[in-house]
Amino acid sequence: MSRILVLFAHPALERSRVQHSLLKAIAALPDVLINDLYENYPDFDIDVKREKKLLLAHDIIIWQHPFYWYSSPALLKQWQDLVLEHGWAYGKNGTALAGKKIFNVFTSGGSSKAYRNGGYNKYPVQEYLKPFEQTANLCGMTYWPPFWVPGVHRMEISQIDQYSLRYRELLIGLRDEQIPEEEILKLSFFNHLFPVNTIE
Amino acid sequence: MFLASAVLFVPLAKRFGLGSVLGYLIAGIIIGPFVLGLVGEEGQDIMHFAEFGVVMMLFLIGLELEPKLLWRLRKSIIGLGSLQVILTAIIFGGFFFFTGFVWQQALAIGMIFSLSSTAIVMQMLREKNLMKTVAGQSSFSVLLFQDIAVIPMLAVFPLLATLSIDTNTNGTHAASTFVDGQPGWAQTLIVIGSVASIIVVGRILLRPLLRIVAKTGIREVFTALALLIVAGIAALMTKVGLSPALGAFVAGVVLANSEYRHELESDIEPFKGLLLGLFFIAVGASIDFPLIASQPWVVVGWVFLLIIIKALVLLLLGRIFKLSAEQNFIFSFSLSQVGEFAFVLFSFALQEGILPQDTVNLMIAVVAISMGLTPLIMLLNERLILPRVCTEEIERRPDDVIDEKNPVIIAGFGHFGNTVGRFLRANNVQATYLDLDSDTVDVLRKMGFKVFYGDASRHELLQSAGASEAKIIIIAIEAPEKRLEMIETVKKHFPHLHMLVRASNRYDAYDQMNAGMLHVYRETLDTSLRMGVDALTMLGHRAYTAKRLARLFLKHDEKNLKKLAAIRNPEEYISEARKFIEEIELIIQTDRQDFASGPDGAWDAESLRQEAKSMDSLAS
Repeated sequence: MSRILVLFAHPALERSRVQHSLLKAIAALPDVLINDLYENYPDFDIDVKREKKLLLAHDIIIWQHPFYWYSSPALLKQWQDLVLEHGWAYGKNGTALAGKKIFNVFTSGGSSKAYRNGGYNKYPVQEYLKPFEQTANLCGMTYWPPFWVPGVHRMEISQIDQYSLRYRELLIGLRDEQIPEEEILKLSFFNHLFPVNTIE
Repeated sequence: MFLASAVLFVPLAKRFGLGSVLGYLIAGIIIGPFVLGLVGEEGQDIMHFAEFGVVMMLFLIGLELEPKLLWRLRKSIIGLGSLQVILTAIIFGGFFFFTGFVWQQALAIGMIFSLSSTAIVMQMLREKNLMKTVAGQSSFSVLLFQDIAVIPMLAVFPLLATLSIDTNTNGTHAASTFVDGQPGWAQTLIVIGSVASIIVVGRILLRPLLRIVAKTGIREVFTALALLIVAGIAALMTKVGLSPALGAFVAGVVLANSEYRHELESDIEPFKGLLLGLFFIAVGASIDFPLIASQPWVVVGWVFLLIIIKALVLLLLGRIFKLSAEQNFIFSFSLSQVGEFAFVLFSFALQEGILPQDTVNLMIAVVAISMGLTPLIMLLNERLILPRVCTEEIERRPDDVIDEKNPVIIAGFGHFGNTVGRFLRANNVQATYLDLDSDTVDVLRKMGFKVFYGDASRHELLQSAGASEAKIIIIAIEAPEKRLEMIETVKKHFPHLHMLVRASNRYDAYDQMNAGMLHVYRETLDTSLRMGVDALTMLGHRAYTAKRLARLFLKHDEKNLKKLAAIRNPEEYISEARKFIEEIELIIQTDRQDFASGPDGAWDAESLRQEAKSMDSLAS
């Protein structure tokens, strides 16, 4: 069994439909801890000690956030800047996080069509996740494929519910180690294992 | 007469860049018996009265002698100071010995000539902004050592008596004293004993007394006590047959470490200034011009010899102590005169029967002229010598500059000020604190804060707390009227200071803003808003959103405050309560307008959703 830590970052959750629903779906899962960053650190003064302790106590880390300007909201960046210290998370003696798994769970206004070569957003969405991937690499963590909820602006409620359900199933599967890692590493998105019926 | 002449001549002298000391001296010369003859014999009496100014000055110098400062300057005080005094005394002593004086007399004159004028030099260095340079610090150290050296000199003088004491010349100490008729060695012992007793009494008695008086909170009583201390010690010392100046100096040192130092300083300062002024006038008036006229070349010769020898000794020492050429010249020329102590010591020497009257008269003239010339010498040095000596620009070495003044002054160490103070201290920002509650002062001093007792709206206290060197002043005192008073004081005397002011409420804030304050902090604003944030959060609002709303509200309210301060008519009288209600109404209205759309529109996806939908409908 793996313990899961969800680092959740949304500055105005009360105005979000999809993130709200996703979060609700996993809220009561045993061995899944949600660390609501904007709620815990409204002043942006992250408790680094606490955050480190949380990281050490979990096997799978999730960055869950909306996609703002092709990246995460500010506080998640602040979290990376402050918590992933040299000599602890990376560097010659920085091996505290080595061997842990990490991936992004994110929502975007742009559809999956928009994130294609030559599309509205010009590049595949993985290109935009490169900074996260390399952050994970530098910390000796295995960067797993993302779980992506695209096109949220025009999403129907029924679809949102489906995504939320799939997300919940994904976390349960990972927690209970039902998905072999070789299989995970072959995926480009976790979505492929937990598909949602799209209207497109 | 004295005051009128001072009022007339001191500003004139300052106008011509000669400094106030020279102004007083000139005033004295002109009203003296040899020019206008406006004052005659009573000049002597005034001089004795005004000597009390010197006593006060010594008390103040004593107060300045914080052990910490002494320790930091220990090398230059002991090394530079002692070498200067000893070397100069020996050279002059030798010189006078070989020109036909008895060795005791030669030694006495040598010792007196080794001293420089604290009053003139400090005043000059301060006016020229040189206090923090290496030269300034070195000069200060030497002057300090000289001030201390006066004590053993006074103690040794009775041993040097060679003439029978002529009672007619004995003006000041006409009253019979305990030491009269004692052998020289016993007198010396008594001197040392008295000094020791002042230290003990000052420690045990004066501090609790100050505390009690400070607690009454009446400023006049404190001033009276301060004067009483100085006068009492002076009287006591006179009775014992010692220099009152010495006693005052020791008392000053004893109280230097007390929390009431700044208050004492600012209480005595005006008296000292006035009396010292009188003293200088009296000195000017007592210069014996017929004597000078009868042997002008002797006087002029001595003055030049004196200045040149002193300057040479100082130059040599400056070189040994590795002062740069520029600093060394400033240092040497500034200390090249003989100081006001000479007057005291010469009259003392006269009383003790060390020197005959005519020698003393001649010497006093020489000393007075050397003092009068100092500003001129400094001017020459600046204009003629320095540009030649310093071909290359000598860079200032900030390491050598000793700066014990703090960048921040916090007035009021109550609930408000102490939080600011603790915060700054936790971040290694040193601050000087001023407070009116003697109990608070005591407690905080025990905890290692630099807290001083006193009324922070007085400019003298601010001056001695280092307001001219500080960058920021935090006005956190409790009484709103006092704060306004203080704002005016700071604006007038220390316009360079950034003022951060505590305000009790909106109206207080209006007053302060109308007084030109840019940084006004309402006591209750941030706290009430924090409470509001917590209330919102408890009601289920997201913490970060509540926080942003509060910040937005704060900015909006500050903007509102500025606007209302500008349109408020202070002449208009409306009852406080009605004014409050009317204003709240107005404020609430603007609150509504400003918050109608809500904050942080960028995080609201609604418009994006709308746009996406409309595009869909276009496509279909």
